[in-house]
This record gives sequence, structure tokens and C-alpha cells, in this order.
Amino acid sequence: MFKQNQGVTSSPKSRLLGFTTLLGLVTLFVFAFFLTDPDVRLHPTTGEEIGQFDAVRLLYLHVPMAIIGPYLAPLVGAVASIGYLVKRTPWWDVTAHAAIEVGAIFCGLVLVQGSIWGRPVWNTWWEWGDVRIMTTLILFLMLLGYLALRRVVADEHKQARRSAIVALVAAVNLPIINRSVEWWESRTLHQKSTLSELKIEDLTFFTLMMGIVVFLMLFTWLVLHRFRLGWLEKESLKQESLTALEERRAEAAINEEGRS
Amino acid sequence: MNQFMHDLLLVAKKDLRIEIRSRVIINQVVPFALLVLVLFGFALDADQKTLRVFSPGLFWVAVLLSLLLAIQRSVSLETANDSLTGLKLAGLSPAAIFFGKSIAIFTQIVFLELLLTGGIIIFYGSVIEDPALWVVAGLVTALAVSVTGTLYGALASGLEVRETLLPILLLPVLAPVLIGATKAYSGALGETISNGWQWTGLLSLFALIAATLGSLAYGVLVEE
Repeated sequence: MFKQNQGVTSSPKSRLLGFTTLLGLVTLFVFAFFLTDPDVRLHPTTGEEIGQFDAVRLLYLHVPMAIIGPYLAPLVGAVASIGYLVKRTPWWDVTAHAAIEVGAIFCGLVLVQGSIWGRPVWNTWWEWGDVRIMTTLILFLMLLGYLALRRVVADEHKQARRSAIVALVAAVNLPIINRSVEWWESRTLHQKSTLSELKIEDLTFFTLMMGIVVFLMLFTWLVLHRFRLGWLEKESLKQESLTALEERRAEAAINEEGRS
Repeated sequence: MNQFMHDLLLVAKKDLRIEIRSRVIINQVVPFALLVLVLFGFALDADQKTLRVFSPGLFWVAVLLSLLLAIQRSVSLETANDSLTGLKLAGLSPAAIFFGKSIAIFTQIVFLELLLTGGIIIFYGSVIEDPALWVVAGLVTALAVSVTGTLYGALASGLEVRETLLPILLLPVLAPVLIGATKAYSGALGETISNGWQWTGLLSLFALIAATLGSLAYGVLVEE
């Protein structure tokens, strides 16, 4: 564990992780935007050039973010929330908050970035009825609700309990949302996973895998720091109330002396 | 079990008795719901054909918006004078309080649905073509939104920003209910060919999960 009393959120190990992540991100950008080929194929009958062209490069960032934002982060948040409801210790609560806050950012980025990618490829900024887009959007809104609840000043335990329930309900609701959108408009522009069709030595596959690893590192680094910040926040609040208590006691003691 | 049912009915009757005497639902929530229907009419350019096509969705949006008011009202009954502590001290189980309050809201929502159905028939020219589906989907949806609303009302209660926090928390969670209920009513009102009963099944599943989770979570919430 890091030294809590220093008031910093970094430690030698997290700095190393941060530095490695940064290097990984730079390498990923070089691979995604320069070294890999654009998606250009020839139409079998007309011989026309078709494909996603340079827009395919955005997928090297989109896929890892879409794995973390709407799936991994809420899962970590829900597990930590169960942990809190069982153990009732602040560690679980701060972990859930950190994972969901970072997850909300990733969800937001996935939606914006997916929309930018969709404009040239699907010829639309937004597709109503696409299961993945709608599920991610509703999840994003639920996560924003969770964060709004966290911003409300309330008793520490009260807030932790309520937040844990909101996170759990969101996680349980997710499959139902997914199913309802699927029935609602049974269409999707998202392609099915084509990873198995790619060869291991394929540069595309390599870059995609590197993207997933680098973004997992980024997620870990962000959650780690957000966790430490949350922990320091709690510590400082505790310290503040202890100091205030000491001051009131000192005042009372002076008053007592004055009277006697 | 008998004690549980007794407590549950006690809470439900208490809430309903307060509603009947204070007439907040009749005087405020019902006019609000009808106002929403009229506003949709203005927004969609008073074209009855268009309004009839969209009537299932507009109906449920009006119900959800009115639900927010009903929930706020239900929560304020318990927060004023710290009545919830009174209920707990009286030895009522949290699950009984939860289901009692849910039933009170359920009754109000069903009442509101009846009035709003009259509203869409008169204002939008809708016709009920499958009465059985209309009744069952209406009841199941009322149950789903009541139990979820009661849980989220308790989540937002006692906080300074309750009025603004409740919609942010509750409406995204109810998104699948809105989709399902709209599709079921599209079938019942004969607007589109949709598998209304399948949607009613999904709504029932939602209601069942929400009731189970809600009764468990309510216990955690009221231990404060």
C-alpha cells in the first residue's frame, strides 16, 4: 500500500506503470495511425475500391475502450459494491467509486469516438436501435446518475450504502436493457467478432491486442490513482473532523478554567 | 407470513388514506399527466393521425413523468416528521414497508393509467383493439415502475437535492420498461403488429427482479 500520510497519489510502482502505459500509448498510436494498412478491398464484381479506408484506424482505440467502459469497469464497480455491502469497509466503497468514475469516462469516449467513426463508415452519426450503442448510452446515463449521487454531501456510510445499491441495480439491469433493445429494433450495424478470422502474425491483430493491453494498463493506472485520491479525501475529512473536535474540547477546557 | 401481509396492508392503507384525504394525486398529479398529453398534442402539430401512431409512447412517457411526482410525494410522507423511524420503531419489517408503499403507488399509477387511457381515446383518437393485452401489460408495467420507483425514492430520500437526483437515477433504469410497455401498447392499440405478450413477459421479469432486489435493498437503506 502507498504511504497515505504523504498526501500524494503516486508510488514508485505506480509511476513505473504510468510510464510504461505512456510508452505503450505512443507505440499504439504509431502502429494504429502509421504502420498498419488502411482497410481497402476491391469489390468482387465492379473492381471498385471499398472498405473503411483510414477510418479503420480508430477501431484500434475503439475496441479496447468498448471492452473497458461498458463491460469491465461496471463489473469491477458491481463486485466492489457487493464487497462493500458484505464487508462495510471504505476500501470497497472507494474502489467501486474509482472504477465507475473511470468507466463513465471510457463509456463517454466510446460513444463520442464511435460516433465520429460511424459518420464515414456507416454514413450516420447515430443509429437508433443498435443494441450496443443504446445499451452503452443507457449504461452511461446510469453511471452519470451514480456519480451525481456520489457528489451529494451526505453521511459517509449512508452515501456508500446508497451508491452500492445503485451500482448493483445498474449491473443487474444491463442484460435486460440489452435484451429489450435487441427486441425493440432487431438490427445492428455492429459487425460480429472477426478476430478469429485474422492470423496471429497479422499486424492488424497484433495492434488490436496491443491496444487492449495498453488500455487495460491505462484503466488500472487511472483507477489506482482515483482510488488513492478517494482514500486521501476520506482521510482528510476524518482529520478535519478530529481537529475540529480537538479545538472544541480545548475551548471547553479554557471555559472551565475561566469559571473555576 | 400473516403478520407480513398485515404490516404490508397497513402501510399501503396508510399511504392511500393520506392520498385520499390530501388529494394530491387528484389535484396535482392527474392534471399534470393530462397537461403532458395536451403538450404532446401541441408539439406534434395537433395531427390526430400522427398522435394516434405515437400514442403508446406518449402515454407511457406521461405515466413516467407523473410517477416521479407520485414517488416524491410518497417519500415526503416518510421524511416529514421522520415518520419512517416511527414505522421501524413500530416493529414493521423493511420488506413490508417496501411492498406496502409500492402497492400504494401501484394503486395510484393504475388509477392514472385509466384516466390517461381516457385521455388518449378522446384527444388522440386511439382505439383499444386487444383489451386483455391492454389490461395485463398496464398492470405489469404499473407494478414494475412502482417497485423500482419506491426503491429509488428511498435512495434519494433525505438528501437536499432529492427532486433533481430522483429523475437522473430512476429514468435510465426504467428505459427497458418504457421500451417494453410502448411495444406492448402498440400491439394492444393496434398501431403496429408487435409481439405484445412477449414484451409483457419481459416486463414481468423486470418487475420480479426489481421487487426482489428492492425488498432486499430497502432493508439496507432503512437501517440508517
